[in-house]
Amino acid sequence: MSAVELGLEAQLILAVVAAIVATWAPPPLRSTLAGVVSAAVGLTGAVTGVLVLAGSRGRIEVPTSLPLGDVGLDPSPLGGFFMVVAGAVGAVAAVYAIGYAEGPAASRAAWASLPVFLAAMQLVPAAADAVSFLLLWELMALASTSLVLTDHRDRAEVRQAALWYAALTQLSFVLLLLGFAVLVVDAGGVGFDLIGSIDPGSTSASVAFVLLVAGFATKAGIVPVHVWLPRAHPAAPSHVSAVMSAAMVKMGVYGALLVCLRLLPAGPAWWGLLLLAFGAVSAVYGILQASVTSDLKRLLAYSTTENVGLMFLALGTALLLRSVGVGGPADSAVAACLLLVASHAAFKCTLFLAAGSVLHGSGERDLDRMGGLGARMPVTALAFGVGALGAAALPVTAGFMAEWALLQSLIHGARPEDRLVAVAMPVAVAVVALTAGLALLTFVKAYGIAFLARPRSEGAAAAHEDGAWTMRPAMLVSAAAVLALGLVPGLAAEAVTRAGGVAGVGRVGGAGLELSGVGAQLDPIALSVMAALLAVPVLFVSRAAARRRPRRQVELAWGCGGVRVSPRMQYTATSYAEPLARVFDDALRPERDIEVTHTSESRYLVERVAFRQRLDDVVEERSYRPVVRLADRVGLAARRLQNGSIHRYLAYSFVALVAVLVLVAL
Amino acid sequence: MALSLVRLLRLIWTTGRVAEPAPPAPEPTPGCPRALAGSVQIRHVDAGSCNGCEIELGAAFGPVYDAERYGARLVASPRHADVVLVTGVVTRNMLEPLRRTVEATPQPRLVVAVGDCARNCGVFSGAYGVAGAAPDAVDVDLEVPGCPPEPQAIIEVLRKVTGR
Amino acid sequence: MNAEAAVLALAQVVAMVALSPLLVGMMRQVRARLEGRAGAGALQPWRDLRKLLAKETLQAAGTSWVSVAGPTVLIVSSLLVCAMTPLLGTVTFTSVPDDLFVVVSVLLIGTVAVALVGLDAGTAFGGMGSSRHMTIAALVEPTVLVSVYALSIPVGSSVLSQIVAARLDDPASVASPVSLLALLALAVAVVAETGRLPVDNPNTHLELTMVHEAMVLESSGRDLAWLELGSWLRLGALLGLLSTLLMPWGIATELSAGGLLLAAGALAAKIAITGALLAGVEVFLAKLRLFRIPELLAGSFVLAFLAVTASYLVVQA
Repeated sequence: MSAVELGLEAQLILAVVAAIVATWAPPPLRSTLAGVVSAAVGLTGAVTGVLVLAGSRGRIEVPTSLPLGDVGLDPSPLGGFFMVVAGAVGAVAAVYAIGYAEGPAASRAAWASLPVFLAAMQLVPAAADAVSFLLLWELMALASTSLVLTDHRDRAEVRQAALWYAALTQLSFVLLLLGFAVLVVDAGGVGFDLIGSIDPGSTSASVAFVLLVAGFATKAGIVPVHVWLPRAHPAAPSHVSAVMSAAMVKMGVYGALLVCLRLLPAGPAWWGLLLLAFGAVSAVYGILQASVTSDLKRLLAYSTTENVGLMFLALGTALLLRSVGVGGPADSAVAACLLLVASHAAFKCTLFLAAGSVLHGSGERDLDRMGGLGARMPVTALAFGVGALGAAALPVTAGFMAEWALLQSLIHGARPEDRLVAVAMPVAVAVVALTAGLALLTFVKAYGIAFLARPRSEGAAAAHEDGAWTMRPAMLVSAAAVLALGLVPGLAAEAVTRAGGVAGVGRVGGAGLELSGVGAQLDPIALSVMAALLAVPVLFVSRAAARRRPRRQVELAWGCGGVRVSPRMQYTATSYAEPLARVFDDALRPERDIEVTHTSESRYLVERVAFRQRLDDVVEERSYRPVVRLADRVGLAARRLQNGSIHRYLAYSFVALVAVLVLVAL
Repeated sequence: MALSLVRLLRLIWTTGRVAEPAPPAPEPTPGCPRALAGSVQIRHVDAGSCNGCEIELGAAFGPVYDAERYGARLVASPRHADVVLVTGVVTRNMLEPLRRTVEATPQPRLVVAVGDCARNCGVFSGAYGVAGAAPDAVDVDLEVPGCPPEPQAIIEVLRKVTGR
Repeated sequence: MNAEAAVLALAQVVAMVALSPLLVGMMRQVRARLEGRAGAGALQPWRDLRKLLAKETLQAAGTSWVSVAGPTVLIVSSLLVCAMTPLLGTVTFTSVPDDLFVVVSVLLIGTVAVALVGLDAGTAFGGMGSSRHMTIAALVEPTVLVSVYALSIPVGSSVLSQIVAARLDDPASVASPVSLLALLALAVAVVAETGRLPVDNPNTHLELTMVHEAMVLESSGRDLAWLELGSWLRLGALLGLLSTLLMPWGIATELSAGGLLLAAGALAAKIAITGALLAGVEVFLAKLRLFRIPELLAGSFVLAFLAVTASYLVVQA
């Protein structure tokens, strides 16, 4: 039995053990024991993925009692890459949850679902045929729905969120089922290797492509099927949100990569354009919604939509450039997609875990009520700061390297001869630039309002770093990953090359990244060394000046000398994003309500003014609600069929019988 | 636009230089901090004036007298300032803000009282809304007498601080 | 190769630190003379800086390490931009090329540092300035990236040094419609990024009209010195880049003492001309209302996009 097979079996066994431990362990020990075993599940997955990337292969068949056959697991290098990502995130989140979970999150159901969820999620990339893939996919969906429902007794929004999530995840399952059905019929078998041999130019291949990509896009959170993300991620407990956002949506991206690179490679140009278009729209829409919301977890959820949009944009670019025969930049685009996957997993995990710590320590989730948390929760502030740097794609973090790679492939992919590419590339550059700028604003807002200046509410003023010993190391490990992937990206170059099956991604000068397909290279450590050297004279002068006149603490900040100075005078997250909300008024359609109450004596004097702003998801308002209302109306109309008369019901059965007999006779 | 581009250019060309030649530099004052030589940023506080001193101050920083050529510049925040220039008598509502403004200014700092009202309440002495003169609220280092003082007088005091 | 690049980077940093305050002083002098005043002289910014370093630095209760570290981060990022952009020569490090995205990201670190300093002040003005500043930065980024992208298409590389070197080799490309459109768009972007009229008035005292100044209202002493010098260096580096792209002659393609001196003189002349032009134009402009600025930036984006389409036509022809 090879190491990979051992790893796969170990994951299954550990998941079952964890579920048993969660059910049987006494409540005081439940979190610790179940958490440790769940973390072991995650770690095993990551190690297995590393082994697959290093070159070893293995295949196991898990017998099921279903008539569809056994579940075959045979991870490819691409699958191995995603196993590493999912396993690492799962392990970190499980360790965090040991200290974080309390109340409903520490119940038997929650702790039993978590390892099942982690195992299913890690094994999806290992599936070797369509049936196994769909079975594991559905298991992942069911386990995650159960986890989203954890707090359903405490908060009403959780039930709504779980409903939306379940509906859309089943939609994705149905689309995938149909898509795979078309492919299986074409190929004559369910194995992925078999499917990879059909002609991508045929109509059935295109139909299957559209169905499969739609299904994967739903799981990934692409506009317009993203509406479950901003509801489900805030509703779930923080460690579950971290796993869902950092790892589960990546399975949608894995699926898209699977379809484009392995199942239906060398497709026509419009496939790439489709992915690019939807990716671009999602990226801009996602970050726009993130920049104007004041709920921290909703902000992070929309940021996930933005990043997944960028991943789809990268993949679409790769397909488009491959179809016009430009190999080098296309390979770089695939590499960029994989780097975006890894970097997003790292920083989103950090951000969600830090948000959970903030919620735990201060009881606040609304940015408008936070403030001054940096002084009260220094470790959380450090982790969130590093995660925010990564999300804003600033040097030297993983996000920066990934966006750099994406822009290199877009810039070098310019092909004036081909009109489609000639229009698509500059538009893509503009979209990436706009999302980068908006992401900067979003994360400056998130970090600055929450952690800097003075507390805006009592909860924030009383905040304290949580005593649970596992939360801090988990956050710090995640933050370290963001920096590590940013400082030494060359170490991941080998993994990216094997996973994407691309050439031209290598190591340069220590641990820098080289994209020889486009002739670009960057060594972040050298950049940091340059910055450090330039900082030396500045610090020298500062020290000399400080010795003559040291820094003096004063009590009041300069607020025009006003006598009444309160922390409520500071800018809030809503006010921070107000200019942007005004600029993008048409895209966001905020509902603003101003209510003026006059004094009873005179209409010229105002007693109080109330301002209310609601920013709902535009896509949900304009597309889903009409559909839901239509479904409601159809349902109500159909009730007239059920009027309770037994005569009518007998008539229905008679008519149905006659119809069946007629059809059979034909 | 009130003036078109061409007309504005012609106006600039025909007006030429408006600033009067600089009078001879005053004696350097021994008490003024050496750190402020050549560059003084000024935060103006109107503690309750009739605006006569503000008009003269505006003229001092205007094109004719041009106080900027001696290194003095008006700034918006006392944190950026070296000199707090007080005009007007200190009214009740401005007593605390004036104190806070001076406290918000980093050392080395100077307070200059411009006009008779700031020095000794001037014509408003004994009025019901008046809390006192500038020396009653903060420590004043330099004074410019006059009601209102001429721009040349204001500039002479500023030049004592900058040494230019 | 790397040793030469290091010498060049050091020379650029020293040159820009010397020239940027003079540039700002000269711009203030131009404005003063056009207004009929005598002005404080081109050396006044140096005097201001020296005085600020000798002043006390105050820190209010409720502010954090960001107010201490932010100004240093800004000036280090500005120095890094000066070291990387091709101002005196086109020799670059092999593993840290002055690629478009890298330079823009380093600039953005400075932008983010100032924005956080503004938020950390804990006052209404700081948050206001920070919010406006980040909104403008977000809307400027597409213009910056697309306009340099337009310039990079005829060259085949987005490394700024290579773009400048290619323009040096082919003087006709400097006057081409691609180049002019892209540089016009870039000029508007530079004005917005450095906070000059009509986007922001650096001399305003009305807090509600401030964008950049509002964020630094709380800083004093050496914090303010680094914030001021940092923004002057950004202005100098961006004007230097703009003028080098417009008039590449004088720049050194290989390292020699004479070549560097000539390049330094050429750079001084170029930023003097560009700065004087900018200051002169500012006399005729009033600050735009905040919500008209997105229209201006959208217009500059359209210009940049036109430049990209023009570059395709040029390559095809």
